[in-house]
Amino acid sequence: MTVLVWAEHNGVALKDATLNAVTAAAQLGAVHVLVAGFGVDSVAAQAAQIAGVEKVLVADDAAYAHGLAENIAPLVVAVMADHDAFVATATTTGKNIAPRVAALLDVAQLSEILSVEGPKTFTRPIYAGNAIATVESSDAKLVITARGTAFAKAEATGGSAVIETVSGAGESGLSSFIGAELAKSERPELTSAKIIVSGGRALKDADTFAATILPLADKLGAAVGASRAAVDAGYVSNDYQVGQTGKIVAPEVYVAVGISGAIQHLAGMKDSKTIIAINKDEDAPIFQVADFGLVADLYTAVPELTGKL
Amino acid sequence: MKIVVPVKRVLDYNVKPRVKADGSGVDLANVKMSMNPFDEIAVEEAVRLKEQGTASEVVVVSVGPAKASETLRSALAMGADRAIHVVSEDEVEPLAVAKILKGVVVDETPDLVILGKQAIDDDSNQVGQMLAALLGRPQGTFASKVEMDGASVLVTREVDGGLETVRLALPAIVTTDLRLNEPRYASLPNIMKAKSKPLAAKAPADYGVDITPRLKVLQVKEPAQRSAGIKIADVDALIGKLKELGVA
Ligand SMILES: Cc1cc2nc3c(=O)[nH]c(=O)nc-3n(C[C@H](O)[C@H](O)[C@H](O)COP(=O)(O)OP(=O)(O)OC[C@H]3O[C@@H](n4cnc5c(N)ncnc54)[C@H](O)[C@@H]3O)c2cc1C
Ligand SMILES: Nc1ncnc2c1ncn2[C@@H]1O[C@H](COP(=O)(O)O)[C@@H](O)[C@H]1O
Repeated sequence: MTVLVWAEHNGVALKDATLNAVTAAAQLGAVHVLVAGFGVDSVAAQAAQIAGVEKVLVADDAAYAHGLAENIAPLVVAVMADHDAFVATATTTGKNIAPRVAALLDVAQLSEILSVEGPKTFTRPIYAGNAIATVESSDAKLVITARGTAFAKAEATGGSAVIETVSGAGESGLSSFIGAELAKSERPELTSAKIIVSGGRALKDADTFAATILPLADKLGAAVGASRAAVDAGYVSNDYQVGQTGKIVAPEVYVAVGISGAIQHLAGMKDSKTIIAINKDEDAPIFQVADFGLVADLYTAVPELTGKL
Repeated sequence: MKIVVPVKRVLDYNVKPRVKADGSGVDLANVKMSMNPFDEIAVEEAVRLKEQGTASEVVVVSVGPAKASETLRSALAMGADRAIHVVSEDEVEPLAVAKILKGVVVDETPDLVILGKQAIDDDSNQVGQMLAALLGRPQGTFASKVEMDGASVLVTREVDGGLETVRLALPAIVTTDLRLNEPRYASLPNIMKAKSKPLAAKAPADYGVDITPRLKVLQVKEPAQRSAGIKIADVDALIGKLKELGVA
């Protein structure tokens, strides 16, 4: 089987999510990576170094600069003529493009797979991860998104894939990119962080969130996350949300501060190695999954903790 | 301008799903079912566009069992004008749902289709993108803001790094994220009024769609359970644990 992996990048550098997808794809067959973008020679060169990648296919065109699914999907479909499976990590980019590809290929998509059980058999979470389904595809070609945290990162170096150029139909004229407001942060990225400190509704407002959670995260060298309630109330922006419909994380240590532990939140973090919860309500559901629970008012506990670290 | 909104009946988001002992699926007998939360947001957005005078008609569609008509009535009570119920007692996979919706769109010729980004039962996050592909139309997924602008729509999307804005030519497909709006509760008079709004019953075959599943579910099991750990006494004990874990 030959598998086409979607290279996730920002136009300049490859993103780690690509490495997770390569690992998932390698369990199915030979790995080719598709780099679609504009002026992406450096990204292609990086992709060629990933251990285990046989070939890098580069589609360089202004139409692919912003990852618009309307332009990208026909390109992927064309390249899929010589491939048996398409694998993207279940990021917002992967989730945007893959179903469009699947429909054009007339195949069902396997969303957010957790494991490869056989050439056409996979496990995937349903009901916010409260159940795990084992599903077998009967389609000739596979379209898959893989949960990043379920597949280790492939080695970024050590490979020496050949680089080939491919082209697609280019601009569809259906959509255009207007702009982006991307969060800039010196902190580690949520989905690959070793430690995460997350705050919930109890953090009151944006200033209190910043004054309470950020110093602790700084001390621990942690990424910062949040519950949906905190995001909804505007304490932090949407890219902080952990959960069923936010980001899925699995750090070494997850510290939940003032978060109750709704199933939608747990869906995003319950695979963390160690969970620590600080909550003043000893019956908060978060304590049912926490390895270490501190029943305390966060406004005394967190400053004390930050101060003593 | 006409808007079509597909809505799905799912296990209520407050109910903890239980896996059936025989591993065949999740137990849906005698549990509360509701409209998929993202679809409520989609209905709300469409109804607001109508209230603003931008849209003239809101048509809601559901593919599902007889009981899905209740979900459609809820959408009508929120302010949708009429409903189409594509009845299927069998599970319909996202690709087949998208094909049926394509048939509805071909009949109805809406300017906008607003769907939820994800059904919280199958967690597929596919139907909107698939529908857009089958229609050859643009898609604005994970929307946190939708602004009509002449013959196009500006959609602000929630992406992993933050927000992104795209312009889509109409007709377009939009899928909702949680922060797009806060859905209203239907008032009692509106619930009563909804009972007499038109609801047409259809079958997948009316749209020429074969709903035979492409995916076979071999087993559904509980995830590995995490057990509750220990309560720790104070901040000093917590620091001790962080040190043991090698992070402090
Ligand atoms: C379709 C759908 C999708 C969703 N997706 C997500 C998702 O992806 N991620 C997500 O997080 N949520 C999601 N939610 C929302 C989820 O259901 C909960 O509403 C949300 O997680 C609650 O956030 P919270 O724990 O911060 O707030 P609350 O539930 O209000 O909890 C606040 C906690 O803080 C504690 N507290 C208060 N004051 C203090 C203090 N001084 N010191 C210590 N503790 C204190 C309280 O005891 C309480 O336990 C979703 C909901 C829906 C319907
Ligand atoms: N059976 C259905 N009937 C109507 N709409 C549906 C159905 N299934 C999915 N949808 C729509 O497609 C969206 C995404 O669903 P999914 O791709 O299954 O996660 C939902 O939020 C609904 O708007």
